[in-house]
This record gives sequence, structure tokens and C-alpha cells, in this order.
Amino acid sequence: MTEYVVRFLVGGIVVSAFAILGDVLRPKSFAGLFGAAPSVALATLGIAVYRHGAGYAATQGFAMMAGAIALGVYSVVVCHLIVHARLRAAPATLLSLVIWLIVAFALWGLAGGRV
Amino acid sequence: MTPIRISTSPLREGRWYEYVIRFALGGTATVFTGLVSSRYGASMGGLFLALPAIFCASATLIEKHEIRRKREAALAGESRGRYAAALDAAGAHWERRDCWLLPSFFGRWSKKACQLPSWRHRSSGWLFRCRPGLCAESGVPPGWRETLAAALQSHAAYNSRAGPQRPPRHPIGPPANPVGCY
Repeated sequence: MTEYVVRFLVGGIVVSAFAILGDVLRPKSFAGLFGAAPSVALATLGIAVYRHGAGYAATQGFAMMAGAIALGVYSVVVCHLIVHARLRAAPATLLSLVIWLIVAFALWGLAGGRV
Repeated sequence: MTPIRISTSPLREGRWYEYVIRFALGGTATVFTGLVSSRYGASMGGLFLALPAIFCASATLIEKHEIRRKREAALAGESRGRYAAALDAAGAHWERRDCWLLPSFFGRWSKKACQLPSWRHRSSGWLFRCRPGLCAESGVPPGWRETLAAALQSHAAYNSRAGPQRPPRHPIGPPANPVGCY
């Protein structure tokens, strides 16, 4: 239980820090880069190295590459939904999560990922 | 090219609950990846390290900020909000400096975005700076003229409203670059 409390606090702090960084930096298009900053990964991988060792974190990092590629595809889809389909940000980002899941699991499967 | 700078005004514009939401989302996402890792293994957990949970909140908040800013000037601001969120999404994906690097299917709206006055001289310069000739009007979807005209009108209305005058937030006027690309 303590581990999850620590995870929550560390994750919240790191994510908030990146979000504030994204808020204060200009231009907006540059600040958007921090929207994709690996803030959750930074917190999780740090804890993983501490608790399980470097090998465990390396496995997570390898799988994360598939998720990161899916994140790129997700961003393109979000742009299209907002600009062309004229959706608001919340529905566009939430609907695009389906695309992220499909691409991430497809890449993960192709890379030979197993549960 | 627009220089990168720091502006603390968005921190003052933000509401306290927005920071709480971000903190809670970040914490929840981190706990969620931990739970997935312990239940399904490190590989599956790693996949969810790149889950765009935070991005949903960021894009929505950016849109809200832009809309709020426009509403303060008695304007709708929905379009501006959407484009701000779209720019955020683009920034999240494209670590590119020039829009000529963007693929053609993505280039249309980036040209549209770089013609909006708010980012014309500032934000667009970094990500959406067009090469001379690439900001031509051809290929831009119908309706962009109306969008641009509305944006220009709203900008002028904002800067000329009655009461204590704020300095113009977004400079407007004849483009410094005669080609029309930024």
C-alpha cells in the first residue's frame, strides 16, 4: 500500500511539474512537446529501478517504445479530429484513446510481447 | 523563428482545481501503471507508461484557457480554443521546426494555424514556420478565409475595447515577411 501512495505522490508531482513547464513556456507549439514528456515513465521507472532492478526497468522501457509510437499516432488523430471533424478537445482526446490502444497493442504484439 | 521564452501569466490565469486535477491524474496514471505491471508483468506495464492520460487533461485545459480569455473580451473563442488544443497535440508529436517537414495530409491545417494572427508572429514561428511559397493559399480547405477573417476581427475588437487598455497581446499588422510565411 505504501508503494502505491508513494507512486501517487511522485507521479502527481512529476506530472504537475511538466504541466507547469508546458504552461509557462512559449510558443505554445513548443510547450506542447511537454504534453508528451515521459512524466509518468520518469516516476514509474525510478521506482522500478529502486524496487526491482535495472533489468525490470529495461523491459518496461522496451515496451514503452511501442506506447510512444502509438502516442505519436494518437497526436496526429487528435489534431485531425479537432481541426477537420471540429470536435472539442475533451471528446477528441478521449475518442483517440481507442486508436492509441489499437496501435500500442498491435506494435507490442508484433514485437513479441507476452503477458 | 520565434524565440523560446517564459511567461508566468498562464499560472495566474489557471484555477486551483486545474492543478489538483493534473496532480490527481498524474498520480492515478502512475498507480495504474504500477498495478498493471504487478498484475500482467513488466512488459505490459511498460506499454502503459506512454498512455496519454495526462495529455487529455492538458489539451482540454489549454482549450478552456483560450476560450476563457476570449470570453473576457466578450467573444466566443471556440475556434481559438480548438486550434490551441490542436497546436498542443501537434507539439506533442512533431519535434520539427519547419512545416515543410510535415506530411502533406497534416500540412493543410498547419498552414491554417500559422495564418492565425495569435500565432503568426510567435508560436507558429517555431513549429509551423513555412518555407517561402509553401504558405500558398492553394490546398487550404474551404472556410479558412472566414476563420482568418473572424480571428482578425476578434483580435481587433479585443485590442480596441473600451476601458483600461491592455497592451496588445498579439501584434497585428502587415507581415514582416512579404511572402506571408512565418
